[in-house]
Amino acid sequence: MTAAARPTRPESVVVVGAGQGGFQTAASLREHGYPGPITLISAEDALPYERPPLSKTYLMGEADESQLWLRPATYYVRRSIDLVRGTVTGIDPVARTVRLADGSGYGYGHLVLATGARPRTLGVPGAGLRGVHVLRTAEDAVALRASLASARHAVVVGAGFIGLEFAAAARESGCEVTVVEALDRPLARTVSARTAGHFARLHRSKGTRLLCGQGVAALHGDRRGAVTAVELADGRRLPADLVLIGVGVTPRTELAAAAGLAVGDGITVDSRLLTGDSHISAIGDCAAFPQVRSGDLRRLESVQNAVGHARLVAARLTGAPGSYEEAPWFWSDQFSTTLQIAGHADGHDEEVLLGDGPRAFSVLLFRGGTLLAVESVNRPVDHLAARRLMQPGAGLTLDEARGEGFSLQDHVANRSGGYAGSVG
Amino acid sequence: MPEITYVAVDGTACSVEVPLGTSVMRGAVFNDIDGIVAQCGGNAQCATCHVYVDETSLDALEQAQPEEEHMLGFTAADRLPNSRLSCQLKVTGALDGLIVHLPERQY
Repeated sequence: MTAAARPTRPESVVVVGAGQGGFQTAASLREHGYPGPITLISAEDALPYERPPLSKTYLMGEADESQLWLRPATYYVRRSIDLVRGTVTGIDPVARTVRLADGSGYGYGHLVLATGARPRTLGVPGAGLRGVHVLRTAEDAVALRASLASARHAVVVGAGFIGLEFAAAARESGCEVTVVEALDRPLARTVSARTAGHFARLHRSKGTRLLCGQGVAALHGDRRGAVTAVELADGRRLPADLVLIGVGVTPRTELAAAAGLAVGDGITVDSRLLTGDSHISAIGDCAAFPQVRSGDLRRLESVQNAVGHARLVAARLTGAPGSYEEAPWFWSDQFSTTLQIAGHADGHDEEVLLGDGPRAFSVLLFRGGTLLAVESVNRPVDHLAARRLMQPGAGLTLDEARGEGFSLQDHVANRSGGYAGSVG
Repeated sequence: MPEITYVAVDGTACSVEVPLGTSVMRGAVFNDIDGIVAQCGGNAQCATCHVYVDETSLDALEQAQPEEEHMLGFTAADRLPNSRLSCQLKVTGALDGLIVHLPERQY
């Protein structure tokens, strides 16, 4: 056996970033019995927490901060996970150390970059005014919640998941809400036109103004520096005392780039989530990894992706290497509607609609006869069946889907003997 | 605060007080009790907070909603008649003394 083929058990693991992926790496390492030192470096003061409620229940004040924690403080102590607060300023891949802003340094046998992403900002005048928010961290959510408590006119720039989830929360708290989207429909990059149309109608039926195909030229404020209006590209001005910028995120790749690692839209990794340096992995929102079907490098922003990546890396570091082949899934709650997506829609050429009502349906998206993704609106059973269908070896043809009385759950149940693993 | 008892696969029982209004899932996570993963954070999206409710406690619970019912079809350990998702079990006074058994695996 050569040295390279021997399962590696690094003498210490350092994880940069304590979001869902970073946390899970540490947790899974201990679950797999990894005995060495684990250092989890967080740039935030809070204990590692989950993000989905930040644009939902937490924003509405229905949950306090401790309810967001992934685990209590004792968890880290009991498992000897060294949770370090600090900002990493550099990686030395030769000496295998990371340096922190306070001058401290940590040596690693293996380094896991779980640096996540930061919200994109709007490059227009006035973007720095008070009352203009982004939503990524618990701190952002606290500021936004405080702003929302007294806001009367909220303007949301960007009709993606964050923008629409916030818009729903703001509307429910009695605010007048306008959503401004540069593209011609909401969720244009993530869902089919049919599903997007459903959400456009949903928000409009709740009294939200949705302006598509509309750019923002500037934000205006009063003498005290608080935002008062949003100026659109066509010159119209919308009154606003709260503005949420939800125009996507940029992966945090600076550390990786400075360390000489390959970086594109995300830190480039192979199917094992390894960078070009065999001592450094990258996971979650910041990692661009090869897709199973196409081989294209892609970043995915989801809890499931971060957790799946973390588990794979932890398994590799404890002697069970594998490739990342999990199909993605996502969800979004807006008003009392739940959208669940399994797979990744990318240039579909055929779609099949399941369901008998306008409020609950699933859209199956195919390309070249291959199922790419299933979008389910208030059809959780379809979604769960779809997650099984996305696993390697599972399949569904266009003709089967178009068959009289076709049901996703029956299809999966009838073929369940052929599918390995479980949804979860 | 209602007291809830979590029984591990090896029979080890752990009783903790869980605040009203949270969930049986949160009660486990907050108290660092192994065996509940709750990957989706309590949104009935992942079926990794599966528990078996002790026979003596079944009457205290309300029926599962359809979403929970469907999700229970996707648990990693066998689904039994007393299977529930702990994220969907809201802690009320009626749950004082609840006993749940943790499955051998969640994923």
